[in-house]
Amino acid sequence: MYRSNVLVCGGTGCTSSNSLQIAEKLKEELIKKGLEKEVNVITTGCFGLCALGPIMVVYPEGSFYSMVKVDDIPEIVEEHLNKGRIVTRLLYQETVENDTIKSLNKTAFYEKQKRVALRNCGVIDPEKIDDYIAVDGYAALGKVLTEMTPEEVIQTMLDSGLRGRGGAGFPTGLKWKFARGNDADQKYVCCNADEGDPGAFMDRSVLEGDPHVVLEAMAIAGYAIGASQGYIYVRAEYPIAVKRLQIAIDQAHEYGLLGEDIFGTGFNFDIKIRLGAGAFVCGEETALMTSIEGRRGEPRPRPPFPAVKGLYQKPTTLNNVETYANIPQIILKGADWFASMGTEKSKGTKVFALGGKINHTGLVEVPMGTTLRTIIEEIGGGIPGGKKFKAAQTGGPSGGCIPAEHLDIEIDYDNLLAIGSMMGSGGLIVMDETDCMVDIAKFFLEFTVDESCGKCTPCRIGTKRLLEMLEKITKGQGTLEMLDEMEQLCHYIKANSLCGLGQTAPNPVLSTLHFFRDEYIAHVVDKKCPAGVCKDLLEYTIIKDSCMGCSLCSRKCPVGAISVTDYIPEGKKRPAYEIDHSKCIKCGACMDTCKFKAIIKG
Amino acid sequence: MLKKISSLPFQGTPEQEAQLKEVIAKHKDDPGAVMPVLQEAQDIYGYLPLEVQLMIAEGLDVPIDEVYGVATFYSQFALSPKGKYNISVCLGTACYVKGSGDVLNRLSSELGIDAEECTMDGKFSLTACRCIGACGLAPVMTVNDDVYGRLTADEVPSILAKYKDA
Repeated sequence: MYRSNVLVCGGTGCTSSNSLQIAEKLKEELIKKGLEKEVNVITTGCFGLCALGPIMVVYPEGSFYSMVKVDDIPEIVEEHLNKGRIVTRLLYQETVENDTIKSLNKTAFYEKQKRVALRNCGVIDPEKIDDYIAVDGYAALGKVLTEMTPEEVIQTMLDSGLRGRGGAGFPTGLKWKFARGNDADQKYVCCNADEGDPGAFMDRSVLEGDPHVVLEAMAIAGYAIGASQGYIYVRAEYPIAVKRLQIAIDQAHEYGLLGEDIFGTGFNFDIKIRLGAGAFVCGEETALMTSIEGRRGEPRPRPPFPAVKGLYQKPTTLNNVETYANIPQIILKGADWFASMGTEKSKGTKVFALGGKINHTGLVEVPMGTTLRTIIEEIGGGIPGGKKFKAAQTGGPSGGCIPAEHLDIEIDYDNLLAIGSMMGSGGLIVMDETDCMVDIAKFFLEFTVDESCGKCTPCRIGTKRLLEMLEKITKGQGTLEMLDEMEQLCHYIKANSLCGLGQTAPNPVLSTLHFFRDEYIAHVVDKKCPAGVCKDLLEYTIIKDSCMGCSLCSRKCPVGAISVTDYIPEGKKRPAYEIDHSKCIKCGACMDTCKFKAIIKG
Repeated sequence: MLKKISSLPFQGTPEQEAQLKEVIAKHKDDPGAVMPVLQEAQDIYGYLPLEVQLMIAEGLDVPIDEVYGVATFYSQFALSPKGKYNISVCLGTACYVKGSGDVLNRLSSELGIDAEECTMDGKFSLTACRCIGACGLAPVMTVNDDVYGRLTADEVPSILAKYKDA
């Protein structure tokens, strides 16, 4: 028995800021003090509050150390772990109240969260199967194999109302039922861990923090549809996730929880890992299966649906990582428990990857139906630098931008679709007044043009034409007619593309055109970028009456565009400077150097 | 995905070829072997020159157009060599809104190469990548395995200096 447990986050975010060295240093210092038998150091998965990484929590006290440095470790070991005096100076300050420490679960970031899919992330050691078993791991698989028929499992999924967390929100139980209904000598269960949506990282966190939950749920799916082989298609860009998955698979084999005759019931199930190679379109189900077959990951027309002809032409069910992470608990706690959370048509919880202009960047899991305002203002801690909220982008390149007037929307699949966005995999990027919505639309179109596989014309050529128009607009060469043309083209692409990538690619343009039309008009009519992002439309100006004549800007200007005038502002000693707009390259160096805030852009 | 194909001459060694043959033999009977073999071949050679693709096509007994098709389809497969230090700038949404575009431009002007290119001395190559999942540290770039987060364009020269003489 250890008297203290120190949990160090080993997720990608914290690892990038040296959390593994912190764990090493901890072990080293503990040995120095002879405490290694009393204090246990555990490397866990992601805690979710990535903005404060590297993160370290000491139990039983629950002391939450944030932004830990390797140099802080000797002090923490000596003071806290040896003498029992918590180093409050290094704690996450929100948890420090007068002289007492607030529980982590009472902080603004965690209090409104409900962790189902992420329940083990940041709690267990993902590289130890015993840790997973200690928190009821593989109990659901045992229950399914020994007490339930496949039909009962599918019925439980249907009753729970679980919908796919990968994007489209198709009911999981229905998917399984279709795959079960097709007889074949071989069926497959696939896991979509090709998290390509830029800005979403919940699947990575589950794989890194709780890999066994995915294996267990895939085995349950295998039993339900009658499959004996599973494939996890995971991005090669997630090396930690791949490594921990492989460790988990090996351990599950060793314990007889994968392989042949699982729990002595005669049920066989095995899982292989396949690495993706960086193609966004491979998140689309038919493209993913083509890619597992080792070919160019191009989608194909449906029907036949994967439940009829999927991987290697056999009936296949494909679910997303976060969907799988919910399943063992639905089996153990029952469909009613799961259905009691969320809204009428969207049950359970959803993980969001909060990013962009927000104080608490990280992963949050909330019941469906939580308002965007709660997520951004309360859990996310608002926008840094006192800036004003402009929009929240959900659904990645397939989604749309939600403006301030819809902040009180209760987030679920249907409400987001109704306002022209979508749930997608749960990326939630917050933008403030300094972000240009035309530029954001252009950014997403650049992404889809790059990632379009080229198989169908509406997507391949349509997105390219859309991007060209957006580029013209950001350069000040747009016209009002162009906006209508763009809108028409968007609807054409949506209606005619082969797969989900093309069908949703115009959403960023459509939603910004809808909610931020005035910004587009400012670009095409006034030739101005209100947010000051589109360089070609910017003009730097010196406010002469604020200019102190220090000449710093003119010395910094790389092209010699700033010169002195003969105008001496009232009450000043030296003449003011001005910018020659024909020479200015709009680099912004002058504005950055001016100490008197006398230079503005717009 | 547009790919830059290297014009540098192929400089594979017999040791590398032996390793590749082993990999091909290991996967020969797997269905869908092309991708795993290309992935391991890239680990061996650092990139996938046409010569290597031909060896894979022959070894696995699949048409070269299929191998070439797969190699050019996925962004992870490189057809031109990487520098000793490969700099990868994240252009995912979270990094982009926090200014990773400026970081990439600065790198490009400091090194005198565009993204997906390698400097003449083979020291640095530059890539723009999609989200690496470290959005909490945005904007982020990596130099081989070193991660630099919360970057500004002005920090670029001093970071490069660390590797220039190394």
